[in-house]
Amino acid sequence: MNVELPHYTDQTPEVKKRFDELKSRKVILDIQNLNRVFETGDGEVVALKNINFKAYRREFVCVVGPSGCGKSTFIRILAGLDEPTSGQVLVDGNSVSGPGPDRGMVFQRYTLFPWLTVKQNVMFGLEMSNHSKTESESQALQWIDLVGLEKFANAYPDQLSGGMRQRVAIARALANRPRILLMDEPFGALDAQTRCQMQSYLMQIWRNVDITIVFITHDLDESLYLADRVLVLKANPGEVQEIIEVPVPRPRNPDQFVSPEFLATKKHLDTLIHPQDDEEKDDLPIMRMTNVGDEVE
Amino acid sequence: MASKSKWFAIRKELSSKRRLILTVFSFLIPIGTWCAVSYVPWLWHPMIEIEDTGDVSYFREGRLVKKEVFENENEIMASTGKRLASGKRANPVFLPAPHEVVNAFYAAFTTPPRRRGEPWLHESLWHSIQIIFWGFAVSSFFGVPLGILCGSYAVFSRLHEPFVEFFRYLPAPAFGALAVAILGIHDPPKIAIIFIGTFFQQILVISNTTRKLDVALIEAAQTLGAKPIQLLTRVVVPGILPDLYKDMRILLGWAWTYLIVAELVGTMTGITWFIYQQSKYRIYENVYAAIIMIGIIGLSTDLFLAWLGKHLFPWTQTKQSKVSQFLYRLFGPVNQTAFAPVKVEA
Repeated sequence: MNVELPHYTDQTPEVKKRFDELKSRKVILDIQNLNRVFETGDGEVVALKNINFKAYRREFVCVVGPSGCGKSTFIRILAGLDEPTSGQVLVDGNSVSGPGPDRGMVFQRYTLFPWLTVKQNVMFGLEMSNHSKTESESQALQWIDLVGLEKFANAYPDQLSGGMRQRVAIARALANRPRILLMDEPFGALDAQTRCQMQSYLMQIWRNVDITIVFITHDLDESLYLADRVLVLKANPGEVQEIIEVPVPRPRNPDQFVSPEFLATKKHLDTLIHPQDDEEKDDLPIMRMTNVGDEVE
Repeated sequence: MASKSKWFAIRKELSSKRRLILTVFSFLIPIGTWCAVSYVPWLWHPMIEIEDTGDVSYFREGRLVKKEVFENENEIMASTGKRLASGKRANPVFLPAPHEVVNAFYAAFTTPPRRRGEPWLHESLWHSIQIIFWGFAVSSFFGVPLGILCGSYAVFSRLHEPFVEFFRYLPAPAFGALAVAILGIHDPPKIAIIFIGTFFQQILVISNTTRKLDVALIEAAQTLGAKPIQLLTRVVVPGILPDLYKDMRILLGWAWTYLIVAELVGTMTGITWFIYQQSKYRIYENVYAAIIMIGIIGLSTDLFLAWLGKHLFPWTQTKQSKVSQFLYRLFGPVNQTAFAPVKVEA
């Protein structure tokens, strides 16, 4: 491609205005000096080192990084399923200790309760926070409507496709009215077409609900398509490498995958996550094992 | 297609027709062998049933004697010029022919007990079933909750499982004498033997099943605001229920295997008493019939429970049956409508 790409930090006035407005909003998630060290037989492994990050109300943050950078540890600490070795996480100004209904979570694996119907799954969190049965039910049905699965309210999870299960999981997490929605590679197990559809569903939901999203992915296109800002982690130890403001205007649509600002940012992300010295690994030391003249290309 | 598939292919299912054929054969092979041995005179038949005693002084008509003894005596008779005995080949008395056992199935129920006050066969069977039931019920009452706790909390697991691991190697029958000394000679020591045989296995099996529950479900519930006790009652228990049910079926089979030993303890009762009694009278077809009855009761209970399980846990079935829809309407949440059990792509 010979098109002259803009620099990824170049922002059009509209995009810049949007980021200024975004940063003037209330801080919902405040991560302060977060460290996580695992004790193993061979000594200590630093999974996360000195992470500082703020997410603003109704922001969409994606977290990317090479494998082993501690993405999953990061989101598990935010969810309260893991504890930091030092540092703290504030949600709406309150320090996080343990899981709680103020942070909803959608996992990569299907975690709907198989013994409950779609409706009962969505009601689960509401019932845990002592809503009456009728109230839980009517609220649950609203959330099921929101993800477009009203026809399947009485189906069991095993009767649904992967994409539908994750939509129910999103509805279930949102039904608790959390401040933050944590998503750990939620579309990782889906096929490409379904994933694309889910991304657009997710953005529609995010647009209509007061929710801040922290979304972990290893798919760079996905992160740039969804996020306001991308938090790039690097591996060994897991540190913040860069926080990228995605210069692609909103509302987003799939055509923007080839827009100059998208490509420029993608190129930069690529160099961050797949450094040049790794490139020599791209060619495998393969011996020729077919006859000369029997070429495929 | 199915007819072309291979009979021998590792971990490949056979066609339903072949499965049926093989199931029938699994019973036909042992029964056929039994028939062959019983009805084909030159197969085995090591005895002679005497029809004519000849001049052998101690032979009696209808008695069974070993073939060698019979031939030996006849040789002596022949050499002294006396009248020879005659008879036909027969199997020993402890191997009755299939039709005799089939007859016994009916006859055993209709034959009154030899002595007044002794139980009929159906009373003996019912007594055995009660022993099993109470042994298993008492064991489950303690074993199921304890197993779930051990599977859920490391504290309970560490506190109980090491000892249970040790104790389960102690054979339950070894406690027979103790059980009689402590609990008397009637039903309590028998129930105790079944309990000891089941309980310790039960804790370990159920705690293992509990540990197999996907921890992601528990984490998901935590992020939805479930408190510890709710995790147990709303996630762990319903999550393991189908597997727990399967475990209980297997454990119930276990309990049955302890029945005979349990009934020997103290005063002999139930089906064991019947079996020993009949073998004392040398009515071996009744003994076989009683043993087979135990198998039939055990297997049919299990098949019934398996069938019931399919309908108790509708979410484990991709296809909804009529019965499960009915049960769901009875016990499930109200205003649920039946839905099409189809897999739909988003």
